[in-house]
Amino acid sequence: MKKLLIGNEAIARGAYEAGVTVATAYPGTPSTEIVNSIAEYPDVYAEWAPNEKVALEVGAGASIAGARTLVAMKHVGVNVAADPLYSFSYTGVNGGLVIISADDPGLHSSQNEQDNRGYGRFAKIPVIEPSDSQEALDYTKLAFDISEQFDTMVMLRITMRLAHSQTMTEIGERQEVPLKPYQKNAAKYVMLPGFARGRHVEVEKSLQQLQEYAETTPLNRIEMDDPSLGIITSGVPYQYVKEAFPHASILKLGLVNPLPKELIKSFAARVEKLVVVEELEPVIEEQVKSWGIDVTGKDQFTLLGEYSAEYLKQKLNGADEPLSFGLDKEVPARPPLLCAGCPHRGVFHVLRKMRLVVAGDIGCYTLGAISPLEGMDTCICMGASIGTAMGMEKARGPEFAAKSVAVIGDSTFVHSGITGLIDVVYNGGTSTVMILDNDTTAMTGHQDHPATGLTIRKQPAPKLEIEALVRAIGVKNVRIVDPLKIDELEAVLKEELARREPSVIICKRPCVLLPGALKPEYRFYVDDELCTGCKACIRVGCTGVTFIDEEKKARLNAGCIACGLCEQVCKFDAIKRAEVQ
Amino acid sequence: MLDKVTNILIVGVGGQGTLLTSRIIAQVAVQMGYDVKVSEIHGMAQRGGSVVSQVRYGQKVYSPIISKGEADIILAFEKIEAARWLDYLKPDGMVIINNERVNPLPVMSGKVKYPDDIHAKVAGLVPKTTVVDATEIAVNCGNARAANVVLVGMLATAIGIPADEAEKAITAIVPARALEVNLKAFREGCQLM
Repeated sequence: MKKLLIGNEAIARGAYEAGVTVATAYPGTPSTEIVNSIAEYPDVYAEWAPNEKVALEVGAGASIAGARTLVAMKHVGVNVAADPLYSFSYTGVNGGLVIISADDPGLHSSQNEQDNRGYGRFAKIPVIEPSDSQEALDYTKLAFDISEQFDTMVMLRITMRLAHSQTMTEIGERQEVPLKPYQKNAAKYVMLPGFARGRHVEVEKSLQQLQEYAETTPLNRIEMDDPSLGIITSGVPYQYVKEAFPHASILKLGLVNPLPKELIKSFAARVEKLVVVEELEPVIEEQVKSWGIDVTGKDQFTLLGEYSAEYLKQKLNGADEPLSFGLDKEVPARPPLLCAGCPHRGVFHVLRKMRLVVAGDIGCYTLGAISPLEGMDTCICMGASIGTAMGMEKARGPEFAAKSVAVIGDSTFVHSGITGLIDVVYNGGTSTVMILDNDTTAMTGHQDHPATGLTIRKQPAPKLEIEALVRAIGVKNVRIVDPLKIDELEAVLKEELARREPSVIICKRPCVLLPGALKPEYRFYVDDELCTGCKACIRVGCTGVTFIDEEKKARLNAGCIACGLCEQVCKFDAIKRAEVQ
Repeated sequence: MLDKVTNILIVGVGGQGTLLTSRIIAQVAVQMGYDVKVSEIHGMAQRGGSVVSQVRYGQKVYSPIISKGEADIILAFEKIEAARWLDYLKPDGMVIINNERVNPLPVMSGKVKYPDDIHAKVAGLVPKTTVVDATEIAVNCGNARAANVVLVGMLATAIGIPADEAEKAITAIVPARALEVNLKAFREGCQLM
């Protein structure tokens, strides 16, 4: 049966058909839907791990114990999982293990656009790259066979454009794969120097065998046509190449590490001009050049962002840019913003008012950095806020800390903020840490995590109590406030900033998009008699309130969900409550 | 079967249902036996930002994204979004605009004025422009959120999609409780072109 599937659903289906019994991930765009979809297959154990490092460690354990295992994460998540990645590459597998790296050329939803094909060479593992959902399904299945055949985890590297594009996909049957027997084998699975030396020998051997496999695998194929132009490509750029140059000869690589040297040499010999088309880093190009083959690539194509058929035509054929109507330059920008009623808005309103230095973190609340709230000074990576605030204090002293805070979400705190807080307590920091607890992982689409008390399948789980946790770490001053009660929040912040001790303020209010999060018994309206047009309510940057230029008045629109923030910032009591009919 | 690829760009504001709409159109194309590709935006941009979904169908489709100057139709759920993406339209392409204004942040904060006549400018540049009060029609059908299906109805008539195939797709994709309103909205839309 053929179905339209996004790449991520196809990977989940492929893993299911390959007999996977364990799947683990931490959510992160563009990877989230993979394990979300797997959770719909009852015969697979699926979980949200607290972070990607734990996910890969659970995956390693499941593989060593004999199960076919899928581990999924976004590109920067692989950095978090890099420690087990580099050693698990030495131990090899028992049951096949496939790790998905979902890269984000164009930074649609990420803090960088690193190219994780680089991990393949660095960690000495095979990297496979599909170009549509059908290949995503087929290659995922094949990746499990490769993993077991060559005793190594396999990375399936995808990009946002594959993850979130639907293409026609043939669905197959699940193959039941029994657990492989588990046998203690310390020389393979205990990475002591003495054992690891032996494993390194094995890794090099299996890479050698993979090199030979690369020459003949159906993952790599030549589509010979007009020999005047030969293009080496992989992943979604293959589709752009097919569209832009329908008659070019193509070497399509499905296995991008290790590369098929002989196949590439023979292809190069059959074409007049050889070009590599790859988004981001010149991973293929540099290796091909190192073999003395005459090839071009990044001298004409950018290292930045996504490609398209149109871009390739312009660069390679010198095609003109299509005519522009120019209207796009006349319209105002529309950046993403916090939802009407979002609890984070209260926090950033207060932070801006108090002119604090804010070490930020990753989540919806990162939007607090942009206009009009502009309440964030730094955002580096998941969990970085607390360490960053601590470093600022150690550089500039406790007076500086008294004017700065770390801001981190509940899911991000569990992911990698806890150790930062331990450092603050242990090394005598006085940071004030605000944990914005909205009871979900909101930005990626509302996934549960240990502190929500629900599993990926919405089954009850022991709930991680954030307050008890931070007290156990040694934080004596722990406050819980409603972030939409801004006077109270400001007062609490002042008290905690004044303390020469670490403090945690838990800003507790569920994400407004969660079912039943906020059910106001009243609605708001603006009393035109009292509204002076001062725009204080407009400056909180809420979609529920609009300024009517002609009347010089604020107006609440259909987007308003009566969170009460504008009511609190209005100095003229112009925002009134009315009963809901 | 058409040899060429049909390109439909669906633009709007995160939360307006571009994803659902692209899935309905794609489902129709699947039912009609075409090769189909749909490109979607998930994640951060969904939070009230400018969003685009792209549907391409034909005998064989390669790229999941539409190049500038290649869209047969732009379906705009909001006025300025039609203008923002207009360069993707073919020279003889068609634009269907919901006469809906959603203020972006720079407008809300009073830094920039909303260009209220923008749909007239689009119509001035593109002869095949239709502006419709789809939200009002949807409200009359029972739910403002069905505005996107009004536009799907207009699209169906415009490019000759059989109504029964479209209704089959809507039935397959729209949640059962909202189905009646959506079918009504779709039929209203069909009549408008």
